[in-house]
Amino acid sequence: MARVELEAVGKRYPNGFEAVHAFDIDIADGEFIVLVGPSGCGKSTTLRMVAGLETISSGALRIDGRRVNDLPPKARDVAMVFQSYALYPHMTVFENMAFGLRLQKLPVAEIEARVRSVAERLGIEGLLDRKPKEMSGGQRQRVAMGRAIVRRPRVFLFDEPLSNLDAKLRLQMRVEISRLHESLGATSLYVTHDQVEAMTLADRIVLMKDGFVQQIGAPLELYARPVNTFVATFVGSPSMNLLPGMVQGDRVVGAGFSLPLPAGVAATAGQAVLAGVRPEHLRRAEGAGALTGAVDVVEPMGNESFVHCVAGEHRVVARWPGFVAPARGEAVALEADPAHVHLFDAATQARL
Amino acid sequence: MSGPRDAEPKPPVRWGTHLFLASFAVVTLFPVLWVVKMAFRPEQTFATGLNPLPTVFSLDNFRDLFAAPHFWQQMLNSVIVAAVTTAAGVFLACTAAYAFSRFRFPGRRAGLMAFLVTQMFPGTMMMIPLYHVLDQLGLLDHLAGLVLVYSTTAIPFCVFQLKGYFDTIPRDLEESALMDGASQFTIFWRIILPLSRPAIAVTALFSFMTAWNEYILAATFMSDEASYTLPVQLQQYVGDYTTEWGHFAAGALLVSAPVMALFFLLQRHLVGGLTAGGVKG
Repeated sequence: MARVELEAVGKRYPNGFEAVHAFDIDIADGEFIVLVGPSGCGKSTTLRMVAGLETISSGALRIDGRRVNDLPPKARDVAMVFQSYALYPHMTVFENMAFGLRLQKLPVAEIEARVRSVAERLGIEGLLDRKPKEMSGGQRQRVAMGRAIVRRPRVFLFDEPLSNLDAKLRLQMRVEISRLHESLGATSLYVTHDQVEAMTLADRIVLMKDGFVQQIGAPLELYARPVNTFVATFVGSPSMNLLPGMVQGDRVVGAGFSLPLPAGVAATAGQAVLAGVRPEHLRRAEGAGALTGAVDVVEPMGNESFVHCVAGEHRVVARWPGFVAPARGEAVALEADPAHVHLFDAATQARL
Repeated sequence: MSGPRDAEPKPPVRWGTHLFLASFAVVTLFPVLWVVKMAFRPEQTFATGLNPLPTVFSLDNFRDLFAAPHFWQQMLNSVIVAAVTTAAGVFLACTAAYAFSRFRFPGRRAGLMAFLVTQMFPGTMMMIPLYHVLDQLGLLDHLAGLVLVYSTTAIPFCVFQLKGYFDTIPRDLEESALMDGASQFTIFWRIILPLSRPAIAVTALFSFMTAWNEYILAATFMSDEASYTLPVQLQQYVGDYTTEWGHFAAGALLVSAPVMALFFLLQRHLVGGLTAGGVKG
């Protein structure tokens, strides 16, 4: 396995469009990194640069200390799982998995043994004689992963591997990828637009937007201390509530609300800010609370409900634990713990 | 599949439709049946009468053809010309189409455009220049000359057809193979070509038919009877004063037989060519 370093790696297309700006990360051996962001944020381009499918315009890419910028994919010893699976339609599962090994001119017996052992591990040993079109999406997904694993590459790359699966299967495969990573311990780069996949799979998440890295950190770090409003609203579901207001003493005051200021925040009185509170950190207040809203929509989840309220000109979502939720139209008072109030500069959107 | 069924059309409409289609079928089939009838009739006169079905079965005309001085040589000429044209044309068209489909290089657009433009002119317009070229090359009366002319005229169309098909093959497959360590040639040979079998079959059939059926250029470039192809020989049965219709018809059947055989052989691929393409689905 391998250590992967990206040093100011950038991608600029001939038409001048800069898809990725100076990307820096040092990926430790065996680490699972998830690149996440909205479409067009440069995450796939970054992955493809690591793969060697896309040229690197600037900066350096090193695998195990060796600069590989100009090496073709096959010399980098990385394997990739594609969103479309990209299985060779005219080959059986066995041939699909053996394709790379045959190109390496490995002995037939070893190819056979390797393919069988990986197929067993993935539970597809019964499908080895099938063609891709004779399999379900989930099975193809497994074969695509098997084809990567069987090569024993130094780095695994995943390009939205679960996006074509239905919700239930996606959940199942997510757990399986997690388990596989546990047992293989391979350095992995995983691209997704799904923040849940990112949160559950990653050792560290790289959140990107418009070609810029917004934040790199452990999932809970992004969750607990988002560096800007983009990260704050991208991570977590439903999104963090953001309320525009002004710092007044030890509170943030805006139209129809007054939230306590979190401790140790570098904000000056009168500063225009955005106060952020996650739905799970808003709770029903005993007294007047921080804001009062009328219940607009209630989304019951079973174990909890998401209550959408209209408070003056703002809309906020609060998480209601348990089975009981207020009725539509009911007025509710909400309050938040100062420790869970995030503060962002209204102009720069950066965390204060 | 249980969509709302179309109601059966009313009988008059149905009969009308059938009558219309049947009349077209007759118009299409009548001449063909006439040729069959003439081929099996031991005479050289033009078939007359409304009945297009053979009334006598005689193989005299075929026997005469087989016994003609250069028939087998001419048959071989046709086979060689068509086969080599197909092989060379398809091979070159595949590689060219792949390059046009996948690579970006200076002159790509211009090249494609040039191919398109050559398709706009009828082949006969090129007859005199081609004659001159073959003369300079010393290839008049040589099968190689015909192969050269046929392949060069067939390639542009083949390239267009194959490029269109290659364009539909997802790039992911190639990138996946690239990650697996395949070279560009391996990708072409082991991924693209096997996946393009239907398109290649259609293209090959087209090349073969062009070369096999072509008459005017062959008649112009070949003057020695031993180097004739079958269509040129066929024309010999149509004389200024008399026409040996029986021989002509029998020859026509013999010439169309291989093409029909190829059609049946490639049928599966031809149909596949229409439905293939869904790789992910």
